[in-house]
This record gives sequence, structure tokens and C-alpha cells, in this order.
Amino acid sequence: MRFWVRWLMVAAGLFWLWQPTQALQVRDERGVTVTLAQPPQRIVSLLPSLTEMVCALNQCKHLVGVDRYSNYPASVRALPTVGGGLDPQIEAIVALRPDLVLLATSSPAISRLEALGLRVVAVEPKTHDDVRRALQILGAVLAVPDAMSRWADIEAGLREAAALLTPRTPRTKVYFEVNSAPYAAGEASFIGETLARLGVDNIVPRALGPFPRLNPEFVVRANPDMILVGDSSFTTLAQRPGWSSLRAVAQGRYCVFSPEQSDVMVRPGPRMAEAARLIAQCIRDKRP
Amino acid sequence: MKIRVLGLLLLSFALLVLAASVGSTGFESLLRAGRDPVAWQIVMDIRLPRACGAWLAGALLGLAGAVAQGLFRNPLADPFLLGSASGASLGVGIALAFLGSAPVAGAWLPRLGLTGAAFVGAVGAVLMTLALAKGVGHTLRLLLAGVVVGVVLGALGQLIMMMQPEVMLAMQAFLLGGTGFVGWQSCLLMATVALLCVLVAWLLSPLLDGLSLGEATARSLGLPLAQGRVALVAVLALATGTAVAQTGLIGFVGLAAPHLVRSLARVTHRHFMLLSTLMGAVLLLAADTLARILIAPQELPVGVLTAVLGGGYLLWLMQRSNGSERAMP
Repeated sequence: MRFWVRWLMVAAGLFWLWQPTQALQVRDERGVTVTLAQPPQRIVSLLPSLTEMVCALNQCKHLVGVDRYSNYPASVRALPTVGGGLDPQIEAIVALRPDLVLLATSSPAISRLEALGLRVVAVEPKTHDDVRRALQILGAVLAVPDAMSRWADIEAGLREAAALLTPRTPRTKVYFEVNSAPYAAGEASFIGETLARLGVDNIVPRALGPFPRLNPEFVVRANPDMILVGDSSFTTLAQRPGWSSLRAVAQGRYCVFSPEQSDVMVRPGPRMAEAARLIAQCIRDKRP
Repeated sequence: MKIRVLGLLLLSFALLVLAASVGSTGFESLLRAGRDPVAWQIVMDIRLPRACGAWLAGALLGLAGAVAQGLFRNPLADPFLLGSASGASLGVGIALAFLGSAPVAGAWLPRLGLTGAAFVGAVGAVLMTLALAKGVGHTLRLLLAGVVVGVVLGALGQLIMMMQPEVMLAMQAFLLGGTGFVGWQSCLLMATVALLCVLVAWLLSPLLDGLSLGEATARSLGLPLAQGRVALVAVLALATGTAVAQTGLIGFVGLAAPHLVRSLARVTHRHFMLLSTLMGAVLLLAADTLARILIAPQELPVGVLTAVLGGGYLLWLMQRSNGSERAMP
């Protein structure tokens, strides 16, 4: 009897061992279904926001290479860099023997990497919704079951940041400058979505698109209460024709974010809540 | 003549071997290629097609440069003279701006891809130039039309960049050019086009010889100027369009290669075409290989090096010929 029990146990163990592990299947943002036999162990990421997401999902240890702009968390700076997202070095990527390459849907390298037999998942978050979807896709492909709790964390962080600005009367009119061309973050961009969540008004309406290039006159006419600059070109604000009379410039109500803070601002990823907090703190400290 | 062709071919071969042994993983991949499938893949499927691609794209640009300079009897003519560069970047800009986002894109744009869009843009710009110049009969009118088309299409490209800042970086990457994504398929395509173009240029070279004596003389020699010019413009457009579509805008190869050949030898156009083709090929392959060596394991943009290498060599030649009181050809 005991013999049979032992035999059965061994058989069950063997069966468990032999049972093929569930293949992972995921549809990326191109609409392509990518199949992986097992959770990826060697990942190359070619987009900073995706690098941050992988690490937010506690899979940082599986990253073996990143693009030259990925710099957060600090641990990824020690990894080999394989060029930029738009000019990745195919050879360097292949040499790392990745079993998964994460990159933007607009990357020119997708077809070349796939032709070389690499598994490619393309995700390019541009809005809050995209970030949620990207976490979902990465959670599925990295076999992290509680990926959506990261999204819940981001949501909670956004709510906390918004709470910094209550009560919100009167509403603050904000202009967010991405760079000094000047390109602005409109309501349609993820930065605009964050501003909306904070309950402040954006002077750049949705109709102008996510990151429109503005005529400086437009800003003068809109006369925002606050100016947020995600770039170090702020010294020129007062020197722009007509800008010295802007309420925000005259009363010093503008925030200039440091390069590290700007990285947080311009990446639609897991640190969106941190970006919201930085914006909210600035507005709270400087608003009239 | 034969010695020079042979010399350039030998140089190409040497560079090809060098190109197969350098890269981000260095010489190691070549040594382990026999045992390690990834090293084998790096050498056979990445380095070799890339080197061949650089060689072929350089050949196409060198040939296009020689055709342009012969056709327009102008030593400043380059392959992008008829507006193909701006046309290609506009094509890429349109494709980038509409890929995936707009419903207009429908099914054909993604399938055409950036490569196809660049090719269509480059050839379309040349056709537009031809239409504006009312054919190829009048060289100066053709040149002016080319400049106008180049400026206008370039402005439209900038407009797209301004309206859709998201595509700006991708467009800049295209404008810089590079051979990093070239695979065997692209090589095959470029080789086919290069063979065809060299053959046509070879057959039409007596026409260019005649043209170099002046239009009236060429006509008096009974050369079929009208048809020949159309065919040569077609070669120019096809060669440039193909190279640009596969490797982006790599400047200076098409301008420098014919000049380097002239500094080596005074030959008839038949040999000049062949030598320029080989010279362009060697120049771009050398630049591409060097781009991978200089700051390895990183890479330099190849366009930077073609300008420095080709320009530097050309300047040196000019200095040398000035010293010996000889005018530059």
C-alpha cells in the first residue's frame, strides 16, 4: 500500500514537472499577438517610461539593457545602453540575448528586430488611459498578476496631489511650457490630464492638440495666473516681448523644474503621481 | 583604369572584412561565430548585411552624383539636386504623422511603410520637378525647378513637424541617415537597382561625353539628347530614391565621390561612372565602419563621418593641387 502511495506521489510530481507551463499571450498596442513560452528573463527596454514600468512591477532584475535616456530607477544606469529609442543599435541588442524587447510603437527598429527572431512588444503610452493599458499589457507579459494595483497606486497619488490644492477657489489658470519654442502641454496631453485632475484650468484648449506650438501672443492674451516650465529656459520669460507684463511673470508666480523633475514630468509612466505632486506643491506655494 | 577598379574592389573587400569584425561586441563575435549561434547571427545577419547595405547605398549615391554632375555639367551637382531629399523627408513626415492615428491612412500606408513613403516622396519630387521644368530639354530650368521643389517640399515637411511635434524626433533620425536597420532583403533590392542603374548609365555614357563638350556640339554629333536625358534623370531618381529609402539622407557621398575620382584620374564618362560608383561605395562603407569603431560600443551617426572623411580628403586634395599650381578639375 505504502509502495503504491509513494509511486503515486512520484508520478504526480513528475506530471507536475512535465506539465507544459502556461504560454503567455499578449496583444500589444500594434494589435499584434505576442506569445512567450515563459515569463521573460532577459528584457531590453528602449523607452524610459517602459523601463520605469518594468521596475515598478518589480521586474527590474530581469532588465539586461536599456536605451540611453532611461535613467530611473538608479539601478538601470549600471545596465548596458543600446543606443536611443530612435537609433537603437541592433547588434548590441541581439548580443544581450534578450527574450523580450520593449519599445515604442513608433520605433523604426521593430521590423528589423522581429526579422532577427526577437520577441517584440510595442507599447507607447501617451495619455493616462494609455499608462493604465500599458501596465496591463506589461503585467500580462511579465506575468505579474497584481499589475493593476500599481495603477491604483497612481490613482491614489493623483487624488492625494489634488487634495493639496483644496479648497480650489478661485480656479487657477495655468500655462505649462514643455520647451521654449514655445511648445505647450495642452488639455489633450497627459500633462493636461494631470492638470485637469488637480482642478486647475489649462490655457491651451483640447482643440489645439496635445503639444501645440504656440504663438507667444496667445499666452499674453490668455494671461495665466501661473506658469510651469519643464525646461531650463525660464530666464528668458521676462525678456519675451510683452511677457514682462504678464501677471504670473510680474509677480514671480512661475515654477521651473530641474532636469530630474522634468524627467518625471514628461514621462507618462508610474511616476505620474509624483509629477502631479510636484505640480500641486508648486501651485500651492505660489498661487495668489 | 583596370588597376583603379581592381584597387577599389580590393579596398571594398578589405573594408567588408573589417566591417564584419567590428561592432558593439567587437572582434569576439567573429571568433565565436562557429560555436555560438548568437555570435553567428551578429556576423551573418547584422554586420554583413549592414556592410553590404552601406556599400550598395554608397554605390547608388556615387553613381547618382556622377550622373547629376555629368548631366548638369556642374561640379556642385549632387544626387539630391532635383528635390528628392525634401521629397523623401516629406514622405516620411506624412507617413509618420498619419501612421496609425488618422483614419485616412486606411490599409495602404502602414503596408507601404516608411521605406516606401521615402521612395515615393523622392521619386515624386523628381517627377514634380520635371513637370515644372516642362521636361528635361532645358538644363537651367530643370535646375531651378529642382531648387524650388526642394525648398517648397522642405517647407511642407517642416510644417508637418510643427503641427505634429511627436514626429519631430523620428523625422530627425531619418534626416541624419544610418545603415543600422539594413537587412539582406534591402541589400538585394539595392543591388538590383544598382545593377540596373549602372547598366543604363554605362550605355548612355557617350552622351555625357558629348554633353561635356557643350550642348550644341553634342547635338551636332547626332546624339539622342532628349531620350538620353530622360533616361539619365530616371537613373538619378531611381538610384537616389532607393538609397534614401533604405538608409535615410546621407549627405556628401554623392558630391564627394565623383570629385575624388576626378582627382585620381581623367577618364571618359564610361569609366568615370564605374569609378564613381565604386568610390561612393568605398566611402560610405569606410565611414560606416569607422562610425562603429570610433566610440565603440556606441555609434556615431554615419552622415557626420561621410562629411568629415570625404570633405577632409577633398580639401586635402585641393590644397595639394594648389601647392603644385594646378587647378582643381
